Amino acid sequence: MTAQKLLSTIAFYALVVVIVVFSVFPFYYAIVTSFATGTELFKVNYWPKAFSWANYETVLGGRNFVRSIWNSVFIATTTVVFALFLAVTASYALARVRFRGRGLLLMMILAVSMFPQIAVLAGLFELVRFLGIFNTPWAMILSYVIFTLPFTVWVLTTFMRDLPVEIEEAAIVDGATPWVIITKVFLPLLWPALVTTGLLAFIGAWNEFLFALTFTSSETTRTVPVAIGLLSGASQQEIPWGPIMAASVIVTVPLIILVLIFQRKIVAGLTAGGVKG
Amino acid sequence: MAKIELKNVTKSYGAVQVIKGIDLTIEKGEFMVFVGPSGCGKSTLLRLISGLEEITTGDMLFDGERVNNLIPSKRGIAMVFQSYALYPHMKVYDNMAFGMKLDRTSDAEIRKRVENAAKLLQIDHLLDRLPKQLSGGQRQRVAIGRAIVRDPRVFLFDEPLSNLDAALRVQTRLEIAKLHHSMSNVTMIYVTHDQVEAMTLADRIAVLRDGRLEQAGTPAELYENPNSLFVAGFIGSPKMNFLTGKFAEAEGCTTLGVRSEHIDVVPNGPWSGEVLHVEDLGSDHFLFVEIGSDEPIIVRRPGKADIAVGAKVSIAPRADHLYRFDADGRPVR
Repeated sequence: MTAQKLLSTIAFYALVVVIVVFSVFPFYYAIVTSFATGTELFKVNYWPKAFSWANYETVLGGRNFVRSIWNSVFIATTTVVFALFLAVTASYALARVRFRGRGLLLMMILAVSMFPQIAVLAGLFELVRFLGIFNTPWAMILSYVIFTLPFTVWVLTTFMRDLPVEIEEAAIVDGATPWVIITKVFLPLLWPALVTTGLLAFIGAWNEFLFALTFTSSETTRTVPVAIGLLSGASQQEIPWGPIMAASVIVTVPLIILVLIFQRKIVAGLTAGGVKG
Repeated sequence: MAKIELKNVTKSYGAVQVIKGIDLTIEKGEFMVFVGPSGCGKSTLLRLISGLEEITTGDMLFDGERVNNLIPSKRGIAMVFQSYALYPHMKVYDNMAFGMKLDRTSDAEIRKRVENAAKLLQIDHLLDRLPKQLSGGQRQRVAIGRAIVRDPRVFLFDEPLSNLDAALRVQTRLEIAKLHHSMSNVTMIYVTHDQVEAMTLADRIAVLRDGRLEQAGTPAELYENPNSLFVAGFIGSPKMNFLTGKFAEAEGCTTLGVRSEHIDVVPNGPWSGEVLHVEDLGSDHFLFVEIGSDEPIIVRRPGKADIAVGAKVSIAPRADHLYRFDADGRPVR
């Protein structure tokens, strides 16, 4: 009996280790590689042998990499702000206001997210040209908001539906307008959902490559993924693996930190939200 | 402070009519209780008065002013919800102050009103807490406090006691009664399915059934002169005994009603049978007597039970306390 228990415990943790290694290894290998230089790069090392900041200096000293980071921060943040604002107001209507065609509208919003990026790229490009925002951050913000909204609206609508109707009615009796209900009553209760969807929207915008590549032409408007993709070495035959890995680590670390910070908030928010009326 | 008049009020959801034409006047300062079985439309009627739902046809007047299309906050009402509906993220003080802040009442005035209401309800030590840190009874008081500070013309209660346990329910009932005495110029409307709550709190009771007003009157009127079989059966605990068939024919009606306290155990009564069950409450006791009617007859007698289960007894109703109803459930006078 105890032997069997011990065995199953060992098997359980063995499986955990396999999963963790499987998901973390690529990033770990990137970190190891980013500290290697010269011919070390092309040997398969599972442990860091040499330790050098040279690749990081190359990347950060490059002409426009820091600029790209700021572009990414600005675009991702603005996308999150726009997406959350639109999604909160839309989901209030979809969850709480009875109107004809509400179900159809919800299905259409969901349908939008079924199209692959490449399918709408040409049309979106025309739209961006028409609006005159080609090669500006707004081209990316527009397209990211379009692609984030279906998911954000759906998640927030589900959350909003679960909020007790009586709280809203109490607010109506207190003289609150829909706008006051959303901002003063519902938003504080929706924190966990907002953090989760906001974080996912941020990650999506931060990592996006195809739109960012298509809608920018100059180096100064590039976002980080494009900047990394277009990093070039001394000659055309040389792929600068070292700086690419260093850059990858630099752009991934902020995301990890964000997730770790907000994960605590999410857990805290969920338990605090468990109050009924 | 408001006299409320309902004139042929109806409410439909699509093709379904849930309120089927109600005429009712609620006087200033009156404590009116809407009572009825679930689905009778009592909560809907309250929501129509509050303005959370719009009436389909008919008129609603507050002090003679037509309020059909007035939004809730302009009607001068305050409402206490079944689930309390406190704002979970706001402290007790902010919960009570929220409505006044939206009205742009001055901070000093808000503080004064909240503190007065809190003192009245004995929750002044809880003002800095969040709703989740309060017990059910305390949350209920906060909900009532939030209604009081609005200084409403009409106070609406939607089954406010149904989430409390039995002991707390009796206590809170007393508090609401005290509140009514101390705010005697405020009209109060209270919805419940519990006829005991209705009888103990109300100045007047409106019994609703299937979207219609069955009878409105003081608790004593409804108890002594029920206007229909339904009201007779709904008001009073234990339920009024109903006899049909030969028992009713002997009195010249379709259904004969008699309350448990109006039946005596006598040596040679018209009805006799076996005692099926005895409920001893200490102060008085109930006998369930099988006399061949549809259901056993309940007899209420004072003092401790002195008749055992299985005994044969003979019982007689008091002739001046018989209720006779025709086939439509209307009283035969």
